[in-house]
Amino acid sequence: MKTTSSKFELKMGAATREAYGQALVELGRANPNVVALDADLAKSTYSAKFGKEFPDRFFTIGIAEANMVGMAGGLALSGKIPFASSFAVFLMDKGYDQLRMSVAYPHVNAKFVGSHGGISIGEDGPSQMAVEDIALACGLAGFVVLIPSDEFCARALVHRMAEWSGPCYMRTGRPKAPILYTAEDKFEIGKAKQHGDGRDVALIACGLEVGYALQAQAQLEDAGISARVLDMHTVKPLDDEAVARAARECGAIVTAEEHLLDGGLGSQVAKSVAASHPAPMEFVGIQNTYAESGTPDQLMEKYGLTAPHIVSAVKRVLKRK
Amino acid sequence: MSTLVEPITDLKQIANRIRIAIVKMIGAAGSGHPGGSLSAVELLVALYFRVLRHDPKRADWSERDRFVLSKGHGVPVLYATLAEAGYLDPALLSTLRKLGSPLQGHPDKRMLPALEASTGSLGQGISIGIGMALAARMDQRDWHTFVMVGDGEIQEGQIWEAAMYAGFHRLSNLTVIVDYNKQQLDGFLVDILDPAPVAEKFRSFNWNVIEIDGHDLEQCINALQQARAGTSRPTAVIANTIKGKGVSFMENNPEWHGVAPKKEQVEAALKELEANAR
Repeated sequence: MKTTSSKFELKMGAATREAYGQALVELGRANPNVVALDADLAKSTYSAKFGKEFPDRFFTIGIAEANMVGMAGGLALSGKIPFASSFAVFLMDKGYDQLRMSVAYPHVNAKFVGSHGGISIGEDGPSQMAVEDIALACGLAGFVVLIPSDEFCARALVHRMAEWSGPCYMRTGRPKAPILYTAEDKFEIGKAKQHGDGRDVALIACGLEVGYALQAQAQLEDAGISARVLDMHTVKPLDDEAVARAARECGAIVTAEEHLLDGGLGSQVAKSVAASHPAPMEFVGIQNTYAESGTPDQLMEKYGLTAPHIVSAVKRVLKRK
Repeated sequence: MSTLVEPITDLKQIANRIRIAIVKMIGAAGSGHPGGSLSAVELLVALYFRVLRHDPKRADWSERDRFVLSKGHGVPVLYATLAEAGYLDPALLSTLRKLGSPLQGHPDKRMLPALEASTGSLGQGISIGIGMALAARMDQRDWHTFVMVGDGEIQEGQIWEAAMYAGFHRLSNLTVIVDYNKQQLDGFLVDILDPAPVAEKFRSFNWNVIEIDGHDLEQCINALQQARAGTSRPTAVIANTIKGKGVSFMENNPEWHGVAPKKEQVEAALKELEANAR
C-alpha cells in the first residue's frame, strides 16, 4: 500500500495472516483443545507456526479442502476447537458444501481462516484471489464473518473467535497491512471501530480498505468535507447500530471492500441502511470482474480500490444527499 | 454401559421388526427412501445389539462408540434401530418427516441429539468420522468410530480424499461400512458409474478390507467386531446387500430408491414381513 497522502501517513505493520499465526500459537498455549488443520498452505497461512510448537495438535491434510472441512466438523463434534486454514478461495469455494452440511447446519464450534483474501495478493493472479469469500461466508446461516484490518485487530479477533461458541470465518491478507491500532485496543465481534465523528459522510470499510478510507478521510478534510470511518471488521453479524447512527448523523454512506460488489460488505450495509434509516450510498469494490497479475499497488489502483476512488465515490454520494 | 446382547434368533426378529417399522413410517410419511433403508437393517442390528459400546440411557456418554450414517437418506433404518435399542420412544416413528418431529427427513443432530452427525449431502461422513477418530486418538481414548456410506455415494470425490487420509494415517479406530446394494437413484451402478472393484480400491488406499453378506447377521457381527479390534489400519467392511431387502416387490428394483409405498403396498409389504415374525 502507498502509505502517504496529504497530511496523512500510515506505518506498515505485519500482514493479518502473520498475526493469525501468532495468535493461534497463543491460543494453543492457553487451551489444549485448540487444534489446527491446513490444506498444504501452512507456510502461507502461517498456521505452520502452530504446527511447529504443537505437532501433535496440527493436522496437515494435503490438498483436499473438502476433507479438511469435514474433519474440522468431526473434531468439533468431539469437543475440540479446530482452526482450519487455507487460501480463502480454496477453503470457501472448494469446501463450501462441507461448510454448509458439516459445520453451519449442525452449528458446530469450528473456525475457518482464509488467507490471501482479495486481489492484493498480486502476481499469482485471479485463480488464487478470493473475491467472493465474504458473500459465501455470509450465506452460511449462523456463521460469524470477520475481516481484520491490521495485525492488532487480527490478533484480537482470533482470540474473540476462540471464545465465541459457534462457527466463524476470518479472511486474512497476504501483504503487509498498515498499522491502525495498538495492542491495547479492544475488539469485539459485531462492534465496529469508529475513527473520527465527521458528519458529512460515513466511510464503512473492512480489511485493507480501512487504511485507504482513512487516507480518503484526510484528503476529504483538506476539501472541507468531514467524514467518519467505520472499521467494519465484522461483516456478520453486522453492527446495525453503528450503521444506523452513521446513516442518521451523516445522511450519506460509502462502503469500501476488496471483494466483488455482489454479496459483500456493501450489500450487508445496504440491507441494514434500508431497514433503519435510508440514505444514499455508493459502493467501492470489484466491479463484476476478475483481476489479473500485477503488483498489489497496481491492482488496487486499476480495480478502483484506493483512496482516490473512495474520494470520488464520496463526491458522487454527496450530490445525492 | 453395555452392548445389548441377544441371541441370533432374537436379532433376526429385531431385524424383522425394524423392517416393519421402516415400511410403516415411510408409508405414513408419504415420502422417503425405503430401498436403502431396508438394505442396511442387519448391519445396524449387528452394530447396535452386538458391536457398539454404547448406553441408550446416556446418549452423550463420552466413552461411547460413534456411528455416523453418511448416507443420510437411509435414516429410517437408523430411527427404527434407535427405537428398538431404547433411544427413542417407538411412538415417535410415526412422526417421521412431520413438522416439529425430531425425526427429520435426513439426520439432523439439532433435532435429535442421539445422532452423531447431521448428514444428507452425500460424501461427507468419512471426513467427519476421521475428525472423531483423531480426537479419540489425541485423547488416548478407546472408543471407535463407524461410518456407513452408500455404494452410489462413493462416487463422490471427497470419499477418496478421506479414504487416502485415513489409510495413510493408519486410523485403526475408524471403520467404514459400504452398503453395497448395487443401485442408486437413477438406476443400477453398472449403468451409471460402477465403483467396482470396491475392495481393491480401499486396499490400495491402505485399508484393511472385509467382504461379507450384509444380510447374514453372524457375518456382520464378526466383521464389525474384527474391525473394531483393528490395530494398524482403518477397516472397510464391504457389505453385499440387496436394495429393498425383505419386501419382494421392492427387492432389486431401483424404483424403490426414494418412493414411499402407497397404502395397499404398505399392507402387502407388512403381510410379507409379519409372516416372518414369530
